[in-house]
Amino acid sequence: MNTEIFGIIAMFVLTAVFGLPLGKYIAKVYAGEKTALDPVFNPIEKQFFKISGIDQNAEMNWKQHMFSLITINMVWFILGMFVLMNQGWLPLNPDGNPGQSADLAFNTSISFVVNCNLQHYSGESGVSYLSQLFLMFLQFVTAGTGMAAAAVIFMALRERTTDQLGNFYNLMVKSCTRILLPLSIVVASVLAFSGTPMTFEGKDTIVNMQGDTVQVSRGPVAAFVAIKHLGTNGGGFYGANSAHPLENPNYLTNMTEMIAQMIIPMAMIFAFGFFLKRRKMGWMIFGVMTIGFLVLAIPTVIWEINGNPAIGHMGVDMSAGAMEGKETRLGSAASGFWSIATTVISTGSVNSMHDSAMPLSGMMQLLSMMTNAFYGGVGAGILNFFIFIILAVFISGLMVGRTPEFMGKKIEAREMKIAMIVALLHPFLILVGTALAAAFPSITAATLANPGFHGFSEMLYEYTSSAANNGSGFEGLGDNNPWWNITTGFVLILSRYLPIIGPVAIAGLLASKKYIPESAGTLKTDSATFGVMVLAVIVIITALSFFPALTLGPIAEYFTLR
Amino acid sequence: MSSVSGFSRLKRVTIKYKTWLVVSRRQPKNKAMKTNLFPAIKLTVVTLIFFSGVYTAIIWAVAQLAPNHGNGEVVVQHGKKYYTNLGQTFTEDKYFNSRSSAVDYNAAGSGGSNKGPSNPEYLQTVQARIDTFLLHNPEVKKSDIPVELVTASGSGLDPDISPKAALVQLKRIARTRNISEKNVQALIEANTEAPLLGLLGPAKVNVLKLNIALDQAK
Repeated sequence: MNTEIFGIIAMFVLTAVFGLPLGKYIAKVYAGEKTALDPVFNPIEKQFFKISGIDQNAEMNWKQHMFSLITINMVWFILGMFVLMNQGWLPLNPDGNPGQSADLAFNTSISFVVNCNLQHYSGESGVSYLSQLFLMFLQFVTAGTGMAAAAVIFMALRERTTDQLGNFYNLMVKSCTRILLPLSIVVASVLAFSGTPMTFEGKDTIVNMQGDTVQVSRGPVAAFVAIKHLGTNGGGFYGANSAHPLENPNYLTNMTEMIAQMIIPMAMIFAFGFFLKRRKMGWMIFGVMTIGFLVLAIPTVIWEINGNPAIGHMGVDMSAGAMEGKETRLGSAASGFWSIATTVISTGSVNSMHDSAMPLSGMMQLLSMMTNAFYGGVGAGILNFFIFIILAVFISGLMVGRTPEFMGKKIEAREMKIAMIVALLHPFLILVGTALAAAFPSITAATLANPGFHGFSEMLYEYTSSAANNGSGFEGLGDNNPWWNITTGFVLILSRYLPIIGPVAIAGLLASKKYIPESAGTLKTDSATFGVMVLAVIVIITALSFFPALTLGPIAEYFTLR
Repeated sequence: MSSVSGFSRLKRVTIKYKTWLVVSRRQPKNKAMKTNLFPAIKLTVVTLIFFSGVYTAIIWAVAQLAPNHGNGEVVVQHGKKYYTNLGQTFTEDKYFNSRSSAVDYNAAGSGGSNKGPSNPEYLQTVQARIDTFLLHNPEVKKSDIPVELVTASGSGLDPDISPKAALVQLKRIARTRNISEKNVQALIEANTEAPLLGLLGPAKVNVLKLNIALDQAK
């Protein structure tokens, strides 16, 4: 068991160690400074923009940014619907998988366009290789979309007054080519050399040693799995996601995939500090996020290591921990750790089945998505955290009786209104969605895989995962039907675009305001005290909004499992 | 009365329409299309070719250099091909048994049981697995059965068991195959894979490799 604990610590420390230089590099990319990869990517990007007729140096204000973002996202959505519904007759379909139904294609297309990857299908039978490659394209560009939105905030918070915030297409494409692509090539190569398939041949048929005939799904897996983590998308090539021994063949690949999914969210925070030359602020944010992450992760690892008390009472050797839904080569500790990492950073890939996790581990997974701001998805994490900073600035400003200011800009009623709407939207979508599902048992009861409190948790998890654009699930839920496809589809749209538009709007409004130099009367927003304030705001909002729902699900289940 | 207010409303609407015409002429609709929609479509096409095509081709080329040319790791035994990373159903007493699987080790699909920890039906299944194991391994104490042998994996394709889970089956294998316990133990030790670098992650035994070694031993 000790080696399992070392494994987790190594993963976490390595991520931070690699994240720091990556953050420096990301800051350089967004600032347009020289990097070692310029000779490779300058000509490629130039061709992209020339063919598309885009002037990559045309500066945009925040509204133009959002308009470009929404337009191109709409193009991806429509193209996605077309590919998924027609994959049956389109090429690269060696297994002859049929086209998706309209409601499933709607859900799949949306969930990949919003970087969620909810996946109400199983990769082996639900999509063709062409669709997989198209979804992989979305995993690149939607991650780039989130990062571009975060970069707009970086631009807006510089010490100046402007409405010129860079070019959306330029930021989006550079995020994909210069940050996601090189790292994906490294990760995919590690996977390919560890036994992950990368082939275009269809299913193989073999006869097992005991004589049963089984099939083996293959495909271009290595390329897909790399970007699914680096872009914090999380959509698996196979149904079992990274629990599948071909997606995640050994402990080395598990560490690689773990580091891959956490590194960019961490590096974005460091990039924030480097870009704005406010490293102390960067460390403050990193500190708050790390405390939040550890508070969620450590108890979960302990609960998973201790295992299921109901099985313990049967008298077997429990030293392996809670092994239902877990893989031997990964172990219960690394699975518990992954389950929190993947939920705080909105990846949503799984290496164990969350549905079978201990009740309170399930609660921690839910809480990770309910806060949705500890590291967070690529780009989206900074955006969500930004909202909490604005709220904390306002509240602490009121407490000490000063005009709330952040980075030399006054926070006024308009910014506060936007921040409140975004902060309240998240609990609203989750709780109203779950309440509706619970109010129509005639439709939803049959889709639950478990009775009692756990069944309620399955519904709560599905909407939480959708609203956090996470994409993991309590997978026992029978979610491929019109109710779940359509309701979660709408939750996905609202919970992606409003939390992008809101923070970018606030940043855009702040950028156009007069810059007030720091004085003795300024509230210090890079101090540890302010960090505690932000953490308090996050805890209060989450606790007040979600505690009642959590008592009906995981907490109630915990007390029945003695 | 009503006709007057209706007329004035009509007038207001007309004025609104006229101002809209002026505004929209100032910024014609097809300009918005030109500045956003067409570039977005074109950019989508080129990036689609690049990330779905070029990137995939690069990784495919890299995989051709890997041991099994990107087809997954396989082992050939008596002319039959097996995937070493995919578990198989081993329920016979002469083989080391693998873990329970929600998909019967058919890699056409994958997945776990998704049973919640408090599900009474599930707990009965686990109890039944314990009873079955004790029936096939009468020399084993219940408290020595590692929990992973009576629970299902996440993928349903778990190729491994822990060294403990192999050792607990040692006596049965020796008895059924009529070979010495020492030899079986040596086989288990030879097939135990240490943690990564000796200190990261759990130790494990690949059930397929162990059973192949067992078949070769006799």
